[in-house]
Amino acid sequence: MRKVFSMALVFGLMLCLFPGCTDKPADDDPQAGKVYYLNFKPEANDDWQMVAAKYKEEKGIDVKVVTAASGDYEKTLGVEIDKENPPTMFQVNGPIGLSTWKDYALDISDSEIYKELISDDFALKQDGKVYGIAYVYEAYGLITNKKLLADAGYSIEDIKDFASLKRIAEDIHSRSKELGFDAFTSSGLDGSSAWRFSGHLTNLPLYYEFTADNVTTQPATIKGTYLDNFKAVWDLYINNSATDPKTLTSKTGDDAVAEFKEGKAVFYQNGTWEYANATAIGKENIGFLPIYFGVDDAKQGLAAGTENYWVVNSQVSEADQKATLDFMKWLATSETGTMALSSGEMGFTSPFKSAKKPDNGLYAILDDMLAKGDTTSVKWMFPYTPNTDAWRAEVVSALAAYSAGTGDWNGVKTAIVDGWSKQYQASHQ
Amino acid sequence: MKKTTKRSSAAVMNRSQRRSMRAFAPLFLLPTVAAFCIGFVWPFLQGIYLSFFRFKTLKFTTFVGFDNYEKALEDETFLRSFLFTVAFTLVSVTVINLVAFAIAFVLTKGIKGSTVFRTVFFMPNLIGGIVLGYIWKMILDGVIIRFLGSTLALNATYGFWGLVILLCWQQIGYMMIIYIAGLQNVPTEYLEAAKIDGAGSFQILRHIIIPTVMPSITICTFLTLTNSFKLFDQNLALTGGAPFRQTEMLALNIYQSFYNSVSNMGIGQAKAVIFFVAVVIIALSQLYFTRSREVQE
Repeated sequence: MRKVFSMALVFGLMLCLFPGCTDKPADDDPQAGKVYYLNFKPEANDDWQMVAAKYKEEKGIDVKVVTAASGDYEKTLGVEIDKENPPTMFQVNGPIGLSTWKDYALDISDSEIYKELISDDFALKQDGKVYGIAYVYEAYGLITNKKLLADAGYSIEDIKDFASLKRIAEDIHSRSKELGFDAFTSSGLDGSSAWRFSGHLTNLPLYYEFTADNVTTQPATIKGTYLDNFKAVWDLYINNSATDPKTLTSKTGDDAVAEFKEGKAVFYQNGTWEYANATAIGKENIGFLPIYFGVDDAKQGLAAGTENYWVVNSQVSEADQKATLDFMKWLATSETGTMALSSGEMGFTSPFKSAKKPDNGLYAILDDMLAKGDTTSVKWMFPYTPNTDAWRAEVVSALAAYSAGTGDWNGVKTAIVDGWSKQYQASHQ
Repeated sequence: MKKTTKRSSAAVMNRSQRRSMRAFAPLFLLPTVAAFCIGFVWPFLQGIYLSFFRFKTLKFTTFVGFDNYEKALEDETFLRSFLFTVAFTLVSVTVINLVAFAIAFVLTKGIKGSTVFRTVFFMPNLIGGIVLGYIWKMILDGVIIRFLGSTLALNATYGFWGLVILLCWQQIGYMMIIYIAGLQNVPTEYLEAAKIDGAGSFQILRHIIIPTVMPSITICTFLTLTNSFKLFDQNLALTGGAPFRQTEMLALNIYQSFYNSVSNMGIGQAKAVIFFVAVVIIALSQLYFTRSREVQE
């Protein structure tokens, strides 16, 4: 009797150890499938949680949204995708990201969401098949405080090229004490801010080099033809700001935002996604300038593109895949879905036929520039970067050393050019 | 009174009862054994297994033999982080143990407020590594920017000493508690006898106290040695390896090659196995050497 009792106890204990085996929620319809989206944009996390709740309300399907920390998307995805309930929907940054996650990318050539795209340019294809759907079109440049510019005696029209940007920025910096503000926000090299430079600013030399050399796939090596221009812009940033260049590694993204919001600096390099923050200075005061690079300034537009493609996980059940595709379609077509994508922190311009225009002044400026047609957008080349995180980390270290005077510009060149081939080798071994 | 009841109840328990008690042994062992297997043995074995594969996720793996080990040993950042870790371990083990012993020695002298001091010194140990790392980053950056015109992330030397300071601050209190326990066990008869024989305080320390607290020294050096060698959280939060991965310790190096690689995480896995072997060799040889100096009372 006692033996039976102890056996039963042991067995009961074992059951307690594996809760997953016993507590299957009974009210869930296994045929319905579920959606798990691994979100890339930390700033839009709250909005995504709201969308998930609304979808549950309207369609009764569970949507789980998890947001990866800034700069940690690949790590998080790598961990999550190995779990028993992996993301059914995740994102890749372009062709290189797709080749990394090819084993998990579902062919969605026949999906309804694909038919919702306004142009085939926004589909991510490989070998003629569609694997990714761009869901947002973005642009970055110099977000400008027009009011402060006027206080300093200039208007945004005065800035037409790198030379005029430099002249005005240096003038503002030299009078910063009497004006009460400076030219540039801090170019922080803390992880929360460094991507603006290691990712977005380095895109300019890459873009001009790749355009000149007709590069259309990931190159094994780069030449660094336009790194002198890069240096000129970087020098302009760090020498015309209230922040001591020696302390950049301790400056965060929040620091730069705060400086811009409080009207302590005129120029803030960032993109359309920062509109909600930028409105703190008054919608009417927001300007948006290309990062003039001194190559072809008269024609240079904002840097516009996307590194955000939705991918459906090919390794989850068909029910989940279907639920995920339904969710995507709902986002792109339904009233609630399109509203959600185009408002709040998301405020996306999405390349879908029934997408709503976001209330986003930065997009409005981009649209104006595109409509005028006398400039060409700088394309996003950074999705070609090999081993992105590792490459960027070295560029940041080199920029930090250069800015603080403990390293020289050659270090930055090495990190960018030699670092590229090194990481290309590492990612192709 | 107590003793007698105990003995009588033991006498009452007959053989069959004892056997039935024994039948419960698996039940009581089960949670720990299961946790140990799930949390340690299985991942460990799988880790070794995976180090022979090229993989990005566990679903798609390709066998590559010792290829990952070759690549791991060819990696110069791995070697550099090894040397950095060794240097860091030597410095921090020495400093932590000397200071912890000194504080414990003073606090067992019966000065006023000893208990308060013990609590205060112990408290840093209760804060997690990442939090400590970020707090100390702010503190140290503030000081370094003000007086040296640089930052932690710019200078590997500052990074090194920053890590030493951080780990000392965190670990000294814990080691102090162990030393206090050891020092309180030094028999007063020995001390009195030595005093009567005319031994000076240094001689007492050298010939009476240190030999008797040797077990504490063994455990403290073991703990500090392995803790310093395996340091990760504090390293990640304080310097993150900057500048140019020069302040990257072994664990962080493994983490980086595991997660920053788009094609093959197997190299990181191979490094982790090498790392494990290194930790075991170092820890066991340290135990052997200090144990041999312990005296039996």
